[in-house]
Formats: sequence, structure tokens, C-alpha cells
Amino acid sequence: MSVLVFADSSEGKFKKTALEVVSYGKKVAEQLGTNVVALTINASDSSELYTYGAEKVVSVSNDALKTFNAKQYAAVVTEVAKAQNATVIVVDSSIDGLYVAPIIAVNLDAGCVSNVVDVPSSTSPFTVKRKTFSNKAFSNTIISTEHKVIGVAKNSYGVHENVVAGSTEAFDATVVDSAVKSEKIERITGKVTIADAEIVVSAGRGLKGPENWGMVEELAEVLGAATACSKPVSDLGWRPHSEHVGQTGKPVASNLYIAIGISGAIQHLAGINASKVKVVINTDPEAPFFKAADYGIVGDAFEVVPKLIEKLKAFKAS
Amino acid sequence: MKILVCISHVPDTTSKINFTDSDTKFDTNGVQFVINPYDEFCLTRAMWFKEKQGATVTIVNVGGAETEPTLRKALAIGADDAIRVNVNPTDGLQVAKELAAVVKNGGYDLVLAGKESADYNGQMVPGMLASLTDFNFINGCVGIEVDGTAVTATREIDGGNETLSTSLPLVIGGQKGVVEEKDLRIPNMRGIMMARKKPLQVIEPVGGEASTSVQSFEKPAPKGAVKLVDADNVDELISLLHNEAKVI
Ligand SMILES: Cc1cc2nc3c(=O)[nH]c(=O)nc-3n(C[C@H](O)[C@H](O)[C@H](O)COP(=O)(O)OP(=O)(O)OC[C@H]3O[C@@H](n4cnc5c(N)ncnc54)[C@H](O)[C@@H]3O)c2cc1C
Repeated sequence: MSVLVFADSSEGKFKKTALEVVSYGKKVAEQLGTNVVALTINASDSSELYTYGAEKVVSVSNDALKTFNAKQYAAVVTEVAKAQNATVIVVDSSIDGLYVAPIIAVNLDAGCVSNVVDVPSSTSPFTVKRKTFSNKAFSNTIISTEHKVIGVAKNSYGVHENVVAGSTEAFDATVVDSAVKSEKIERITGKVTIADAEIVVSAGRGLKGPENWGMVEELAEVLGAATACSKPVSDLGWRPHSEHVGQTGKPVASNLYIAIGISGAIQHLAGINASKVKVVINTDPEAPFFKAADYGIVGDAFEVVPKLIEKLKAFKAS
Repeated sequence: MKILVCISHVPDTTSKINFTDSDTKFDTNGVQFVINPYDEFCLTRAMWFKEKQGATVTIVNVGGAETEPTLRKALAIGADDAIRVNVNPTDGLQVAKELAAVVKNGGYDLVLAGKESADYNGQMVPGMLASLTDFNFINGCVGIEVDGTAVTATREIDGGNETLSTSLPLVIGGQKGVVEEKDLRIPNMRGIMMARKKPLQVIEPVGGEASTSVQSFEKPAPKGAVKLVDADNVDELISLLHNEAKVI
């Protein structure tokens, strides 16, 4: 028996979520009294994973797997899970993680639970806590099958160093046929994406118009943050839809979420509940967002934000 | 083209979430149920195919009789007929197994499902359904065109989009973008009248077993009060974020 973790990488480098799922897998392996095996696909150097507890890394290198393909990746994870006699398979809850997880689950006849926020509270019965009802609640879920697939929610368990003397072995995985072919990938480059960001600076209709977003972008730049917005802002075409956060938009699980001129409607909050620290800047002391926030400034964004930018620049420089 | 749209019956987005029976059951008291928002995008796209390219649109739900008003609403939007699999499912795999039986019996070419349901947010039914039926599968779909049996689709990826080509039969896990929100359909009077007469077939489950079960629900711990900082003192905010919250 072992715990298998899929450590996802992009252009050879591990994503932060990969280090988080390895940390998580290590802990689950300890609970089960077994070892953790990390699987990498086309990562150039896997030794970084030893730092987070991966004693063994199974490395698959294959040009046919260069672009993510859910069916092919799921088949590789399944094949390695079988070869390593893994009963618990851990992936992240990123867009791609949630794409492969159900396929792996069917391949292995496994129970599958996504958006998991903590290590099992019990291993018998195997019980994990996950987010439900659009982040308004949690459910403690029992997985009753022998094989278990777990999707770990981003930033929920965290990255924990646990240095081990690991080793890597190459694995020659079978590439299955997939009738879904990637034709074109378009990424907004040079900008921090909402999914990866540690800090998100978000603004709403309180900013009055797209011409006022310069200060939002500047604040984001000072903080190395991604920019986001409320739904009406993207509906009005002030900002691209890819920035729309909330129940019908993107979820944010950053360490810091700064909301400027956003009222804090329940549908908006549903998308940001998973963020750790929330700061609100709003002229209206009654804005519902203040109830959900950790820190707040009652004030006019057009006065507060430029001051904040200036002070942050000084702070960063010191 | 025969299209099947999976419809999940979920609490309205503004619902207060409460639990009963020692936090083991969702409290439906006073909760308004609606068509799952992600499914609504798919249903509207299916109507577009029906009107522009010719297709029949069947909707399906795995659930008890209480979901029928939601199915009637989807019929009022324009679906041709409905199927309800008469079982209260306890997890995504069970739903997927029931849907797979419907898909196999019905000879559908295209199955549209929301990428997740707004209640349990499992994000697994479309993928499991595709695997169980051996249909092609695109998740997080934000655009789809069908030409004969050839399909071009776009899915969201971190920080962008990916264009994919594939063929029918296909399952998609859809979201906003499959159609735009302004194009969503609301039932009109004529649709509502017609929906009453449209067939709603109730079938018994094939007995797909669940692999997970909810032991209990929890609500997040109540949050402490917000710490307010004076608008003239942003230095204090920076200090709090640095020293107390340790996020900058
Ligand atoms: C089914 C459904 C799904 C939805 N999904 C989402 C979703 O995913 N995401 C989402 O965001 N919304 C969603 N909504 C919409 C949501 O209900 C709110 O309408 C929306 O979040 C409001 O956006 P806002 O706060 O930017 O605008 P407003 O409600 O207009 O609030 C603007 C705020 O700015 C403040 N303000 C004004 N001037 C200033 C200033 N100079 N300085 C500082 N503050 C100022 C005001 O006090 C106010 O609080 C959804 C609604 C429905 C019905």
C-alpha cells in the first residue's frame, strides 16, 4: 500500500500546488503508516519534492504528454497507482486536477472527493473535510471504497517542509489514445493569474468606470498581486470576464484579498470565502463586506488607494 | 443530433445554509430551489443547437419527485421531454452511474452538464459519466461548435483558454461562456403552458452504488469582528498586514 501524489508541473517547474499536495500526501502516508510516492510528468528535476517528504518519485518523460490531456494523464496516474499499489491518490483542485480526478476515480473504481481542506480526521472510516454549498459550509465525507481519490483545495493544507533522502525512478508509461486534441493554447502572459496569486486586488462598481482601474493595477503591481473584479464590472465590459470573481465567476483562495468598492453581495462572497485575510475599502460603513472582512477602511477609494500605493512602495523599499 | 442536458436541482444562490438531524441533513426549510446555474448555460446552448442546427433536447435529473418543478421549468425553456431517475443520490459516482444508463439507452450524441452543481460542488459527474460511457470529454467548457460529428470547443485553463478538437459522442462540463449570461432564457407564458403537456418520464434506478457518504456538515466558525483602520492611517493597515496577518 502507498499514497500516490500527482505533482503537476508547468514547463518543467513544479506549481506551488504540487508542493502542497506532496506535503498533504506525506501526512496521509504517515497516518496510514505507509510511504508517499510522487508522480511527475515531464518535470526536469524532481529533487525539490524530497524537501516536502517524497521519499520516492516516479518520473514519466514523454513528448506525447507535453500538453495536458485529461484522458492521457488520468491513464498515466492510474497505471502508476497500480504499479505502486497505491490506494490513496492525491491531486490538486486546480482546473486540470478537477478534470483528471473523476476519470482516475472511474478507472480505479474509487470514491472521489474534491475541494478537500484538511488531512483525514480518521483513516477508518476514511473521513475527509471538504467545502460544500459554494463555500458556505463543509461536509465531513466518508470514502468507503478501497481506492480513494482526493482533490486538495488550494492553500488549505499549506506547504510543509519535511526533508527526506528521496530517490527518483523513471517510469515508461503507456500513452493511451485520446480523441480530444489540443489545437491552440492562449495565455495572458506576464500577469499573475487569479488561480496562482497569493494576493488578489479586486474592485467593484464603486470605482465608477474603467478609466479608474489604473490605481487598482498599480496597487496590484506593488504587491505582486493579480487583479480581479465583481460581476457587474465584467458585465459592463470595464474588465475582462476572466477577472470576474464569485459564485458564477472564479473562486479565489489567496492569502490576501483586497476588495475596493465592492459591496459584498452573497454571490461575491461565495467566491472569496476561501481567502485567508480579507481587506475592505468602502465608503459605506454598512456595506455587507465589512462583516466578512478581517480589516477594513471606511473611506473613499479615490483617496485611500493612492495613499496605500505610496505607503506600500515606501514599505517595500525599506 | 440527440442532446441530453443534465439538470441539477439546487438551492438558490442567496439561500441560507442550515442543517438538521444533528448536522447530518441539509435543511430545505424555506429554501427556494432552482436549475443549477451552470446547467442553465448548457440548456440554453442546447436550445440554440435545436433551433439553428436541428436537434432534440431531453433533460434528465437523478432525484426525488421534489425536483419536478425544476424540470418543468427547464421544459418551459424549451426542452422536448424530461426523464427523472427516481432515487435520491448520495454522491457523484452514483449520479454518474444512473446517468450513464440513461445515455446508453437513449443513444445520445451530445451530453451537456454543468461543470459542477452549486450545492455539493463535487465537479465529478460529467467526467465520471464520460468515462463510464466512453464518450469524449471536455471539462470547464466555455464554447462549443458542432459540425456533423466534428466538434470544436474551448475550455478555460489557468490564465487563459485552450481550443480543442474532438468528435461526437461527447460529454461536456459547461460553464458561463458556453453561452453568455445575457442570452440565458427565461420561461415565457407560452412555454410554461406547453411544458405542462410535455412528457416527463420517471424511471427506476439501475442501482448504481455510492462510494462516499456525508457523515456530518459543519458551518465555518463565526468570524471575529472586522478591525477598522482610520482612512488617514494606512500605515497602520500595512503594519497589521505585515506583523499580525503576516500576508505582506
Ligand atoms: C445568480 C447570481 C449570481 C451572481 N454571481 C456573482 C458573482 O459571481 N460575483 C459577483 O461579484 N456578483 C455576483 N452576482 C451579483 C451580486 O449580487 C452583486 O450585484 C454584485 O456583487 C455587486 O457588485 P459590486 O459590489 O461591485 O457593486 P455594487 O453593489 O454597486 O456596490 C458598489 C460598492 O462600492 C461602494 N463605493 C461606491 N463608491 C465608492 C468609493 N468612491 N470608494 C469606495 N467604495 C465605494 C459602495 O458603497 C458599494 O458598497 C450574482 C447575482 C446573481 C443573482
